[in-house]
Amino acid sequence: MPGPGSRNTLGRPVPKVENPGKLFLRIMGYVFRDYLVQYAVVLICIILSVECSLQGTLFMKELIDKYITPYLLDPDALPNFTPLAHAIARVAVFYAIGVLASFIQQKLLIRITQGTMQSMRNDLFEKMEKLPIKYFDTHTHGDIMSIYTNDIDTMRMMVSQSIPQFINSAITIISVFASMVVLSRTMTAVTVAMIAVMLLCTGFAAKNSGKHFVRQQKQLGGVNGYIEEMITGQKVVKVFCHEQAGIEKFNELNDELFDAASKANSYGNALPPINAQLGNLSYMLCAITGGALALSGNISVGSVATFLTLNKSFNMPISQVAQQFNSIIMAMAGAERIFGLMDEKPEVDEGYVTLVNVKKEFGGQLAETSERTGMWAWKHFHKAEGTTDYKPLEGNVVFDGVDFGYTDEKMVLHDIKLEAKPGQKIAFVGSTGAGKTTITNLINRFYDIQDGKIRYDGINVNKIVKADLRRSLGMVLQETCLFTGTIKDNIRFGKPEATDEEIIAAAKLANADEFITKLPDGYDTMLSGNGANLSQGQRQLLAIARAAIADPPVLILDEATSSIDTRTERIVQEGMDKLMHGRTSFVIAHRLSTVRNADCIMVMEQGRIVERGTHDELIDLKGRYYTLYTGNSIA
Amino acid sequence: MIGRILEGVKEYTLPSILTPVCMIVEVATEMIIPLLMASIIDDGVYAGNMQHIVKIGLLMVGSAVIAFITGVLGGRFAAVASTGLARNLRKSMYERIQTFSFSNIDRFSTSSLVTRLTTDVTNIQNAYQMMLRMAMRAPTTLIIAMFMTFKINSHIAQVYLYAVIFLAIVIIIIMNSATKLFRQAFPKYDALNESVQENVTAIRVVKAYVRENEEISRFKKASKAIYDIFCKAEGKVVLNMPIMTLTVYTCILTISWMGAKMISVGDLKTGELMSLLTYCMNILISLMLLSMIFVMITMSAASAERIAEVLNEESDIKNPEKPITEVKDGSVSFKNVSFAYNFDKGGKPVLENINLDIKSGETIGIMGATGSSKSTLVSLISRLYDTTEGDVYVGGVNVRDYDLTTLRDSVSVVLQKNQLFSGTILENLRWGKSDATEEECRKACEMACADEFVSRMPDGYNTHIEQGGTNVSGGQKQRLCIARALLKNPKILILDDSTSAVDTATDAKIRQSFRSQIPGVTKFIIAQRISSIQDSDRIIVLDNGRISGIGTHEELLENNEIYREVFESQTGGSRDFDETEVG
Repeated sequence: MPGPGSRNTLGRPVPKVENPGKLFLRIMGYVFRDYLVQYAVVLICIILSVECSLQGTLFMKELIDKYITPYLLDPDALPNFTPLAHAIARVAVFYAIGVLASFIQQKLLIRITQGTMQSMRNDLFEKMEKLPIKYFDTHTHGDIMSIYTNDIDTMRMMVSQSIPQFINSAITIISVFASMVVLSRTMTAVTVAMIAVMLLCTGFAAKNSGKHFVRQQKQLGGVNGYIEEMITGQKVVKVFCHEQAGIEKFNELNDELFDAASKANSYGNALPPINAQLGNLSYMLCAITGGALALSGNISVGSVATFLTLNKSFNMPISQVAQQFNSIIMAMAGAERIFGLMDEKPEVDEGYVTLVNVKKEFGGQLAETSERTGMWAWKHFHKAEGTTDYKPLEGNVVFDGVDFGYTDEKMVLHDIKLEAKPGQKIAFVGSTGAGKTTITNLINRFYDIQDGKIRYDGINVNKIVKADLRRSLGMVLQETCLFTGTIKDNIRFGKPEATDEEIIAAAKLANADEFITKLPDGYDTMLSGNGANLSQGQRQLLAIARAAIADPPVLILDEATSSIDTRTERIVQEGMDKLMHGRTSFVIAHRLSTVRNADCIMVMEQGRIVERGTHDELIDLKGRYYTLYTGNSIA
Repeated sequence: MIGRILEGVKEYTLPSILTPVCMIVEVATEMIIPLLMASIIDDGVYAGNMQHIVKIGLLMVGSAVIAFITGVLGGRFAAVASTGLARNLRKSMYERIQTFSFSNIDRFSTSSLVTRLTTDVTNIQNAYQMMLRMAMRAPTTLIIAMFMTFKINSHIAQVYLYAVIFLAIVIIIIMNSATKLFRQAFPKYDALNESVQENVTAIRVVKAYVRENEEISRFKKASKAIYDIFCKAEGKVVLNMPIMTLTVYTCILTISWMGAKMISVGDLKTGELMSLLTYCMNILISLMLLSMIFVMITMSAASAERIAEVLNEESDIKNPEKPITEVKDGSVSFKNVSFAYNFDKGGKPVLENINLDIKSGETIGIMGATGSSKSTLVSLISRLYDTTEGDVYVGGVNVRDYDLTTLRDSVSVVLQKNQLFSGTILENLRWGKSDATEEECRKACEMACADEFVSRMPDGYNTHIEQGGTNVSGGQKQRLCIARALLKNPKILILDDSTSAVDTATDAKIRQSFRSQIPGVTKFIIAQRISSIQDSDRIIVLDNGRISGIGTHEELLENNEIYREVFESQTGGSRDFDETEVG
């Protein structure tokens, strides 16, 4: 399994996005859902700041034509600066509005962006928690993680920068264009013609650099893949003295990447100077044209000066739009994966049988109660008769002709039949891939079966509300997953309302109390990184305590294969045995003692139960179990 | 640290120097343009001189062409220098890692090495490119623009000077407090990611205990914390932009006012006023760029540090001065050996006072609980780790005196955590012997009981193995790894729990072929199943890093309690039901 987020993040080429328009609307829908008013205000602020800065630029014409040129043409005129002061004051007001508008816009955008990110993350997580186990089994953890990190980040860039920039550019282009037309059509024509040349050049360069960028991404993917494989297997490399061969291959790949990357970057770096100088060229042409026009008296000097500034502010947003376009495409690819997760079908639950607290009334009748009686019953409403009955929770599990496959094409379990009476212990043995773990995925409906029935206390599990079904089943898995938090929090995971006394009692039952109390912070010791500060055995004891506190009548246990040191192993085994006492247990067995104590052993092979019985019966049978058990093939 | 990184630049010294040179020329020529502009207005338009306008216009085209050429060249040089630096960093890191001993690798962990070779290098590449292109450009713009304004009119230029100082101070203050907040924000991000990761890996537990809602509210809390801190941190950063525009606007208005007055008394010309306004923008933009560069450098510093750590790491196992290049035979002896991981950092000894004498050709079984240091013991033989105390001898010579390649070619280890690499089965097998013929490979596979399933595959020995060997089963993988080790023709063969996923019958068959086909090779077999080792010449029982007993199966049953206990619990049978493979 690759480390989370480590894979594919670097070498991933920009994928093609289907239906970008729809996707875009959906993203904006997200933004507008909570921030419609704010976004409208942002829009107004953008318009205001663009228009105000334009007013400033246009002021130059007034400054030159009204307050400067007259004195230049008539040196004897008496300087009177009062109107200029008024004009400057007026522009100052515009500027003030502009600055204020851009400030408000920025402030609001932060809240909008962070808020949108927050609700996207929350929605993603909420959705993820509701997805069926299948989703997690069929997607790599790294890919799921990367949605939360990389893809959300591309969204952030888009909402906070690309879109506002885009709007800003668009408004600037329109208003500047309008002002330019008013000032001088000839010069506008020159400017627009140069823009066309600019776009052509940019398009050409982008097309060429695109090829190299794709090659760069491919090579980067290759190099990163090689690094991951070889570094992960570094110890094998050492053992086989394969270092030199590895270096040679690496250098080859590395040099290819260098070739592609240096070319791609050279092209990429050429774009800004191309645009800048074409922009300068456009500026000069306008200056010359403007100069000529001014000389022939068709236009005032102030207009030429103003136009030249406008020319600059016209070219800039055009090259910006091109840049924003790229990052929006990137964001779309991210959005596709984000919404892909959000659109996954959640786990469906059509169950209606619930688990309720009951108390015994006179005559042995069960009645529902809100008290915590510690007595539980299945509340079963029969639609046909319109009656409700209560069946006590006992822990009887029946498999009746169960067929199952992770996909419909390939069945992995065939015609599984078994019954576990309350308190019985059923052990599953067989080789890897025989289907033992799969069985444990079915009782709690992590996966739904294709054919047959599973009954819990006589009720088809499909009819039971999933949450209640799972509450009535305890699980201790081979891979003990602990959560960031204190030891107490982790045990309480099995029963959120548990008191400290209950937690200690559960820990004692699981044989965990001894090591916990020896820790400096005892039950308040912080765990992080899946309990990295604990030993494997200690983690397992906590998992047992977690199941013990939930106190379910039925248990599913997967004994750990990697044995711990002999003493701890004995402690863990003891804890498990205490936990199983009096409960119906399904155990994927690795230990002899477990198998021996089982009420019934199911020997599985290729998805079928091929032998069943107690240890002694199966030994006498001298069949598959005997072979597995003794290591001697008799056939 | 920086020195280490810069070693990778050496090869690209020329482009690294030429880039800033080009950038300076580009900026300088660009900076002339507003001056020429002023000349067009003042000496052309006002003077009514069309010829002058055209002449200056052509000059402007000329400087644009120069700026264009230097700009593109600078970009090209920067690309070569930065991607070249990345290449060299990857290369020297990769080569460095190849010299690492097992304990060096343990210290870094493989996933962190991978990140350093990939993400960190990319960060440095981007930062270096940015530095080459911008670090010169921004200050040059600032200086030239300031110089020009002073040349035009020192009175007005003072306004800029004040504005620049004001802005610089403001930016420094803002960035400083924002960086502090961002630093607080990153652990919050980590917490959020951890929450996601926990829920992805532990989804079965979450669902089994019906804890979805609690986890959701926990996540929302972490998510809210990020929202709060980022709103606060970015709230500071966004002050930059309005303050900058405010300064620009104030400058424009002040200069318009002062300029108009000066022009009226003939101290300034209209065109000059316009170019002053243009320079104003240039100065302030370069200030913003400078602040960005600082952020970029601080951010890449962490990556540089992580790369330098790898490059500075000294391998703790090195070839001796005059290495011995021949291993006489497969005898092994341990003399008073103790070993601790990270001994220099106070690691506790995991092997204590081990004394062993093993003759060439013996088969030695090793057993003991996990954590009893079985793997550690055998890894000392091929000097994957160095002993902390005492010495290990192979063929009568201290392992520290051997050439490492010689030693490791004679001692073939099948690691517990083994790996196949993407490529065909043949290519994988040839790791053992690069010039092995297909016949040799087949023979090794036959001995390892791998030939039967390989030859059944549609492409036989040319079957492609996926990365991580995902398309073969655990047992098949183990058998291929054994075959690969056999191809080395070793004098000593070490199997570290290498048949755990192979069924007992095949396991026995493999051992049988070892006995008949490579009797002269000393074999160490670590196993959980007693059946895998009970026919060994001698069995070593390890308990918590000490030898608890050595002897034959019968002897140990007689006098070793641990061995007897394990044997009884397995009663001569397989212990891990699920780990055995059928057929």
